[in-house]
Amino acid sequence: MAEPAIRVTNLSKRYYIGARAQAYHTVRETIAGSLARLNPATAFRKRQPAWKHPEIWALRDVSFEVQPGEVIGIIGRNGAGKSTLLKTLARITEPTAGRIEIRGRVGSLLEIGTGFHPELTGRENIFLNGAILGMNRREIARKFDEIVAFAELDEFIDTPVKRYSSGMYMRLAFAVAAHLQSEILFVDEVLAVGDSLFQKKCLGKMGEVARAGRTVLFVSHNMEAIADITKRGLVLSKGRLVYEGPTIDALLEYRSEMRTGDLNHIDLEPSNQPKITRVELRTTHPDNVQVHGEPMEIEFKIATPVAINGASLSLLICSAHQQPVMHVWTFDSERPMCRESGVFHLICRIPKLHLYMGNYTCTMYFSERPGGERFQTLEGVCPFEVVMYGRTHDFGWHPGACTYIEDCRWDIEKVDEFRSLCPLPATSTFEMVHS
Amino acid sequence: MHPAMNQSATREFPVLVIEPRSTWVALDLRSLWEYRELLYLLVWRDVKVRYKQTLLGAAWAIMQPLIAMLIFTVFFGKLAHVPSDGIPYPLFAYAGLMPWTFFSGAITNSGNSLVGGAHLITKVYFPRMIIPGAAVLAGLVDLAIAFLIFAVLMAWYQVPLSAGLLLVPPLLLVTSILALGVGMWLSALNVKYRDIRFAIPFLIQIWMFVTPIIYPSSLMPQKYRLLYSLNPMAGIIEAFRVSLLGGVNRAQFNWASLSLACAIAFVVLIYAAYDFRRMEKHFADLI
Repeated sequence: MAEPAIRVTNLSKRYYIGARAQAYHTVRETIAGSLARLNPATAFRKRQPAWKHPEIWALRDVSFEVQPGEVIGIIGRNGAGKSTLLKTLARITEPTAGRIEIRGRVGSLLEIGTGFHPELTGRENIFLNGAILGMNRREIARKFDEIVAFAELDEFIDTPVKRYSSGMYMRLAFAVAAHLQSEILFVDEVLAVGDSLFQKKCLGKMGEVARAGRTVLFVSHNMEAIADITKRGLVLSKGRLVYEGPTIDALLEYRSEMRTGDLNHIDLEPSNQPKITRVELRTTHPDNVQVHGEPMEIEFKIATPVAINGASLSLLICSAHQQPVMHVWTFDSERPMCRESGVFHLICRIPKLHLYMGNYTCTMYFSERPGGERFQTLEGVCPFEVVMYGRTHDFGWHPGACTYIEDCRWDIEKVDEFRSLCPLPATSTFEMVHS
Repeated sequence: MHPAMNQSATREFPVLVIEPRSTWVALDLRSLWEYRELLYLLVWRDVKVRYKQTLLGAAWAIMQPLIAMLIFTVFFGKLAHVPSDGIPYPLFAYAGLMPWTFFSGAITNSGNSLVGGAHLITKVYFPRMIIPGAAVLAGLVDLAIAFLIFAVLMAWYQVPLSAGLLLVPPLLLVTSILALGVGMWLSALNVKYRDIRFAIPFLIQIWMFVTPIIYPSSLMPQKYRLLYSLNPMAGIIEAFRVSLLGGVNRAQFNWASLSLACAIAFVVLIYAAYDFRRMEKHFADLI
C-alpha cells in the first residue's frame, strides 16, 4: 500500500496566554524589568516560574493519516483547534510536540488574496499571488487566460486592484487559488466570504478539485459543503481529536456537541388542568436531525383530569427567525380525542417533510375547540434541524434559499419546428443598422 | 477509479517531516534557492509599488543623495572647511553618500520588512529570509538611478575613468552582505521588540557620523585608525571613494581596513542568518 500523503503523530501546540503571551515587549520594558530585579525593594518579589504561566493547548496529541486522493473535512466549534491544525500542517507555525510527515507538494488556502497589493494591477497581482502560493512563473503564464476567464475580469485585468469592488477582488483571488496544482490542498473557510453566487462558484470548483484526485483537507463551518465535498471527517474539540470516520457520522458527532437545550419537552408536574406532558420528535437521525423529504413523526402525551368537549391540538413549526412556516393540527371533530379523563398518546405522522434546510422549533397550542379556551401554549420547544444529506444536485444547497420544497411534476413536449415567427421585410431595421 | 487518482497515488514524493526544532538549526539554503522566483517577485513588487502613483517617481531615488550632497557642500565643505583629500567636495560627498544611501535604506526597509509582511507570514509558508532579502535587493534599483547622477558629476568635474571602477561590483556585494546581515538581525528583533522600529533611524544617524562620508578617514589620527576601522562601513565607504574617483584621489587604497570590513560583514551575516533561523519559528505566533 502506498505511504499516506499525510501522517500526523501526537501533534501538540501550546500557546501561552495572559502576561507571558503579550504579543510584543519593548526594549524599554525589558530593560525596566531587568533593572527592577536590581532594585532591592522589588528584587525578592517572587517571579512566576515558567511552568505556572497560563497556557492553552490549541492541539493535544492529535494523530491521524490521510491517504493520497482522500478528501477530509475538519470540523469543530470555534477554538477547537482546526485552524491551528492547518497552520501547523502548512508550516506556518511550529508544533510544540509531535511529528508530521507530508508526501507531495502543499498548497495552502488559508485566505484568498494573500499578498495582493492594492497599487498593482490585476495582472500583476495574479503573478504575485500565484508565486506566493507556490506556482512558478511559467505555470502562471500558462494558466493566465484560464484564471482571468474564471474570474470574469477580462476588461479590468489591467486596472489597479484598489479600484475593484469587493466582489471582483474576491473573484480574482479565488480564481488564482483555484488553479493551484499542488497534490495536497489545505482549505480554511475560504468559502465563508462573498455573496451566495460567489460561494456557489467556489463550492463547485472545490467539488471539482476533490473529484480530480487531489488530497484535500477542508475546514469549514458550512455543514452542507462538508457533507457534499468530503468523504471522511475529523472532529476536533478543545484541541483533541474526538472522532474520525465517515463524514455524515462525523457531522452528527459534531452536532451532538453543539446541541444546547432539551431535545424533547417533558413536563410531569401534576396539574388539575389538561396539559401536554410530553412532546418527542422522531427524526431520521438522532439528536433531532431530520433529512429533508423523509418521514417525520411527532409524539404527544396528554394528561387530562376531565373530559374535554371538542379538544384541538395545533402545532406550528417556526423558523430560526421565529416565523411560522408550517402548521399541522387535529381536532376532536375529525377524530375523537380526550373525550374522557386519562392519559392520551397522540402521534402526528408527516409522510414527507418539505421544509428546507435550517433550524426550527415547535410551538403548540392545546385548547378546547379551535379559538376557544387555551389549556396550554408551548413555545419554542423541541428544536430540530432539517438537513439535505443525500440530496445532491447540480448547484448545491445554500441556507436561506427558500422555505420549503414543493412536490411537482414537469411536462415538456416539443410543439413545433423552429422557424421565425413572422417573416421579415426585405430591408429591415437590423440590416440597415449593420450595413 | 479516476485515472488521475491512480497517477498521484503511484508517484513517489520525498517525505517532508515537520517536527519541533531544536534552538539552532541549519540555514536551509536549498529552500531559498527553490523560492528564488518569489524573491524576484517581491523585489519587483517593492520597486513597482515605490514608483507607482508618485509625483516625482524615480526622482526620489536621486533626491536623497543629491540634496544631502548640496547641504554638506555648503555647510561642511564651504563654511566649515572640512578637508576632502584634494577632491572637489561635492564629488567627495556624493561618492560617499551614494553607497551610504543604499546601505541605510536597505537597513531601514529590511528592519521593518518582517512586521510589514505580517499578512504573508501568518498565512503562507516560504523561507522567511526572503523578506528582508527582498528589501535589501530593492534598494539596488534606487542605487542604479543615483549612479546616473554620479556619472553626470564625473563628467562635469572631468574625472577620468580608472581601473578602480572594476572594484565597485565586489564592493557593492560586500555592502549588500553587511546590509542583509544587519537588516535580518534587526527585522527578527523587531518582531519581538516592537520599539526597534524607532531605534533604527537613530542607529543610522549615529552610524553615519562615525563613517567617513562628510569627512575623509585621513582625519582620524593614526593611533585610533584600527579602532575606527572596526566600523565596517568606514573601510567600505573609503574604498568606494577610491575606486570611483581613482583618477583624482591621491590617497592610497587601504587594503587593511577593507579586508577587516569584509571579514566583519561576513561574520555579521553568518551570525544574523543563524539567529534569524533560530527566531523564525516564533514569527507567526508573535507577529
